[in-house]
Amino acid sequence: METNRFVIAVYVDNKAGVLTRVTAMFTRRNFNIDTLTVGETERSEYSRITISMRGDDYVKEQLINQLKKLYVVKKVEVLEDEPIKRELMLIKVQNASEHRSDIMTAVDVFRASVIDYSSEGMCIEVTGNPSKIDAFIKLMQPFGILEMCRTGVVALERGANTLFTD
Amino acid sequence: MKLNGAQILIQTLIEQGVTDVFGYPGGQVINIYDALYEYKDKINHVLTAHEQGAAHAADGYSRATGKVGVCIATSGPGATNLVTGIATAMLDSIPMVAITGNVPCSLIGKDSFQEIDITGVTLPITKHNYFVNKIEDLADTLREAFAIAKSGRPGPVLVDIPKDVQVAKYDFEPQSVVEKMPLPKVKEDLIDKAVELINGAQKPYIYVGGGAAGLGMGSDIVAFAEKIGAVIGCSFMGLSSVPQDNERFLGMQGMHGHYASSMSQNEADLILGIGVRFSDRATGNVAKFAKQSKIIQLDPDSAEVNKNVRVDLGLVGDVEDSFKRIAAKCAESAKPDWFARVKQLKAEEVQFEAEIAEANDAPLTPKQVFEIINAEKPANTVIATDVGQHQMWTAQYVEFDGPRRFVSSGGLGTMGFGLGAAIGSYVATKDPVVLITGDGSFGMNLNELATAVSYKIPVVIVLMNNGVLGMVRQWQTLFFGKRYSNTVLSRKTDFVALAKSFGAEGVLAETPVEFKRAFAAAVKAGKPTVIDVRIDKDEMVLPMLPPGGAISDIITKV
Repeated sequence: METNRFVIAVYVDNKAGVLTRVTAMFTRRNFNIDTLTVGETERSEYSRITISMRGDDYVKEQLINQLKKLYVVKKVEVLEDEPIKRELMLIKVQNASEHRSDIMTAVDVFRASVIDYSSEGMCIEVTGNPSKIDAFIKLMQPFGILEMCRTGVVALERGANTLFTD
Repeated sequence: MKLNGAQILIQTLIEQGVTDVFGYPGGQVINIYDALYEYKDKINHVLTAHEQGAAHAADGYSRATGKVGVCIATSGPGATNLVTGIATAMLDSIPMVAITGNVPCSLIGKDSFQEIDITGVTLPITKHNYFVNKIEDLADTLREAFAIAKSGRPGPVLVDIPKDVQVAKYDFEPQSVVEKMPLPKVKEDLIDKAVELINGAQKPYIYVGGGAAGLGMGSDIVAFAEKIGAVIGCSFMGLSSVPQDNERFLGMQGMHGHYASSMSQNEADLILGIGVRFSDRATGNVAKFAKQSKIIQLDPDSAEVNKNVRVDLGLVGDVEDSFKRIAAKCAESAKPDWFARVKQLKAEEVQFEAEIAEANDAPLTPKQVFEIINAEKPANTVIATDVGQHQMWTAQYVEFDGPRRFVSSGGLGTMGFGLGAAIGSYVATKDPVVLITGDGSFGMNLNELATAVSYKIPVVIVLMNNGVLGMVRQWQTLFFGKRYSNTVLSRKTDFVALAKSFGAEGVLAETPVEFKRAFAAAVKAGKPTVIDVRIDKDEMVLPMLPPGGAISDIITKV
């Protein structure tokens, strides 16, 4: 079966140990996650976990069914039809004078921003689609990446639809 | 009324209809045991020899009745000793609530004496689990644990209660027994689709699993098979849920299943699965399983549909309701050709079984042992087993007395399960109980003989003693060039003397006459009896599908 990349949104109880239950299930069933983010939602009793991963239809179906069996999980949805996806990255690059203007041009074009600056290095914040983040990393590679971290994908469906309809 | 946490725990168990619990005391459950002492006229505690025995007893209690089994253990090693028992219940979807004590909240996370993160340990082997850190949550958490354990696809739930919560005081008001959460009813158009597939089939095979056990659908399934001209087979876990005394029932299929059952499943053009999960032991190589057949699967668990095999139609929800609606709508059809073909397969099965029996000149064969058990066992006997060759022979030969009369570890295949489970089933039912075990399995948890003697549990233990780990030896014979690595036990254990030293009866049986006499006497004796039954070390379980093989690779003789 064909392998696709997809994003799943999961509403879970906002309680201690919930993330462990979700990730333990992934390990137990031999599913591999690309990214996983978790945070508070519009309802304080729930957290929203956004998982991006790759797999065929079998993996997708099993994953959703196994997630639904967890008692801490309130709602599971595959975000179909190209949802709005965003990721944030902080990246620290070498601040060599011969590359400075190239870096600043890239920052400008990618609508990124320099959030820390010293004579040895600068820290840049980039937000966007994961593919945009990937492109920015590629661009920075020749200049010397010192350190970086990515949040992983967060995603919402387009339009006024929400996961909870009640 | 204001009670302490331990009292609230026991009061909630009583409120939920629990009359018996199995367990073992320890430092972090002293308060719970103090409350058990207080309420001993309302709740019976069975002290096992080991916490693993308590977990298996709670499991056996549940399998024999359908009620939620309850076990109690202290923190640390007490809790980890439950693990195999909880996993056994998980793999076979057995409702169980396991209660563990833990160190006080102030000592949690400090590697305190006998502290273990048991909710972490049991995360993948429970349906759900709880660490209760507030007294005000205790009673409702326990109620939720019971609801989860018995609802939908049942399973084990663990509740870990730290010592300070057992001591703290809080208001308690008894409530009613929690109801099972209702299962969704399958939509009518899906029922119609199933009916259409069944009406269009020429060679239907009804495949019954553990999900049908205890639903009391057995005679309805037989009537339905007669109506649509189908035959019936079952998975290991489905045994005892369908009456065996009718010619449409072919018995267990799969790795050590009946030849006619496996073969006809392979030739069927429609398989109607009722509460089966198509385990690897049942299907062999899934790529070659039932290739020309349409498959309909009825299950309460949506994750079971399309998990192990791709099905044409999955009906997720109330299995009994789905089955009844399908059965009512299907057209009558005799399908004599299909039944004739199945009868031919059955005749082949009888033929090669007779050949195997004839070629066996051992003084006492497994087949003879089971013929005697079938003839001599009292009505309504619970048959418990351990795991190995004796278990598969039980599955092949025993004529079960009805639903919930077969107590055996299917999914996890837990050696050492049987004795604890037999004790639990007797505590639950007071019906006659026979444990069929082997010298390997029995050696794992024979300490529970002490429990059987203390509580006067009249379990008849048929110990099929061949001096080897027979099932692994069989694989070594067939697939590893007879390299018998660590499967020859050569132990000097005298099981007759061992039984007597525990205060049980012990008797040796080396011939059919001796075994018949010993078994009949044990049934009459009304006390735990070990019958040391000597069988040959090279007895095999046949037929056998080689691991990863297809039905066409079936081995019927060696």
